[in-house]
Amino acid sequence: MIIATNVTKKFGRLTVLNDISTTCNKGQSISLIGPNGCGKTTFIKCLLGMVVPDSGFITFNQQNISRDWKYREQIGYMPQIGRYPENMSIAQILEMMKDIRKKKSADLDEELIENFELNKIMEKRMRTLSGGTRQKVSAALAFLFNPQVLILDEPTAGLDPLSSEILKEKIRKVKQEGKLILITSHVLSDLDDIISEIIYMQDGQLVFHKTWDSLKKDTGEEKLSRAIANVMKSKM
Amino acid sequence: MGKIIKYVMLDILRNRIVLTYMVFLALLGFSLFNINDNPSKGLLSLLNVVLIIVPLVSIIFSSIYMYNSAEFIELLVSQPLRRINLWMSFFIGLGLSLSLAFFIGCGIPVLLFAANATGIMLITMGILLSVIFTAIALLATVLTRDKAKGIGVSILLWLYFTLIFDGIILFLLFQFMDYPLEKAMIGFSVLNPVDLSRVLILLKMDVSAMMGVTSAVFHEVFGSSIGMIVALCILLLWVFFPLWLSVRKFNRKDL
Repeated sequence: MIIATNVTKKFGRLTVLNDISTTCNKGQSISLIGPNGCGKTTFIKCLLGMVVPDSGFITFNQQNISRDWKYREQIGYMPQIGRYPENMSIAQILEMMKDIRKKKSADLDEELIENFELNKIMEKRMRTLSGGTRQKVSAALAFLFNPQVLILDEPTAGLDPLSSEILKEKIRKVKQEGKLILITSHVLSDLDDIISEIIYMQDGQLVFHKTWDSLKKDTGEEKLSRAIANVMKSKM
Repeated sequence: MGKIIKYVMLDILRNRIVLTYMVFLALLGFSLFNINDNPSKGLLSLLNVVLIIVPLVSIIFSSIYMYNSAEFIELLVSQPLRRINLWMSFFIGLGLSLSLAFFIGCGIPVLLFAANATGIMLITMGILLSVIFTAIALLATVLTRDKAKGIGVSILLWLYFTLIFDGIILFLLFQFMDYPLEKAMIGFSVLNPVDLSRVLILLKMDVSAMMGVTSAVFHEVFGSSIGMIVALCILLLWVFFPLWLSVRKFNRKDL
């Protein structure tokens, strides 16, 4: 579904993405793992067309994304730090997004809005919201349009245990529907039972892309956090 | 595209600066026409104020607005929208609300007291200048990521177009006094939209007769209807060129 070929991105002298090539298919749930600053978020932003690669290209359903924009209709994106117009209320943001993406209300997935109880604070302005509540809005927006691909950048960071459980439950449910899920997280215990594949990045390079099962076999570990620790140690 | 324009305009209306600007222009217009018993004198005073204030407000407000909308733009870029449409929506939203504010604020007193060719020229130029400086502001904001730096650049650009450019011209005129510079002056005026619009309005006024040889040359070039159309085209170029540059830059920008 998404194919990245030799994607390279430099910010000034710093190479953030170095010749990344990978394939993500429908029904997979892929976890992007790597130390801070290894280029995970930049890679995600490249997929969304927010960052333009210096060389290499990305295709979405066989379409090159560099000239395309329609493909984003099929992506739900939850940013690491959700930044929203400060003086709009939650209701206005949701209304605006529905207006822009013009989906029929029957196709909308408002489950997260209900489960996070955002209905009670609809009239609050974005600037008055706490970091966690913003995350909830971001998550609700990502799932709202029933997209084929979900890109979640640190979804559980800043969420309380209860909300983070609600979100994980939702991710599991969506996974059952056979959608492609790309997820980055440092809280590896969150990912154990969600993911099917792992992409490990370091210093802008893609170190490996394996299925969870083969990684289990290679490292002999049952827990993702231990398996990754194992990998990181052997890389040093 | 229409939807984004709608949200931009709603947002601009909500923050009231543009409304204040409109009321200020109206107050200025009415008082200047009332102080001067002769409406064409009032128009002349209004001209000088408009040529300074309109570029200033347009460029500063637009650049601050663009920086404050950074989050909004970031949010929209990840949505199924064409980047050029997004950028044009911001341009149209800003340009339209600033022109509208000018048209209502300054247009009403002008049409009430001096509804002649000069008055209409003043209104047209004011609207064109609003749009030109919005485009320049968009270019300045897309080139500089830092907010303080970007607003600084905008202020410098305004200073350049309203003061420094004229200073340079005066300097050149005095240095090369012995040479006939009248024709060259036309070339110089094309390089500055504020000067060009000032010339166009002054040519419609009686005072232009008092400006000597330069004015005669200007009259010869811009006084005819073809010259007028050429001048308007040059002003439109001042809108499209910065806008085109900024769109190009924004299309490749990393957010």
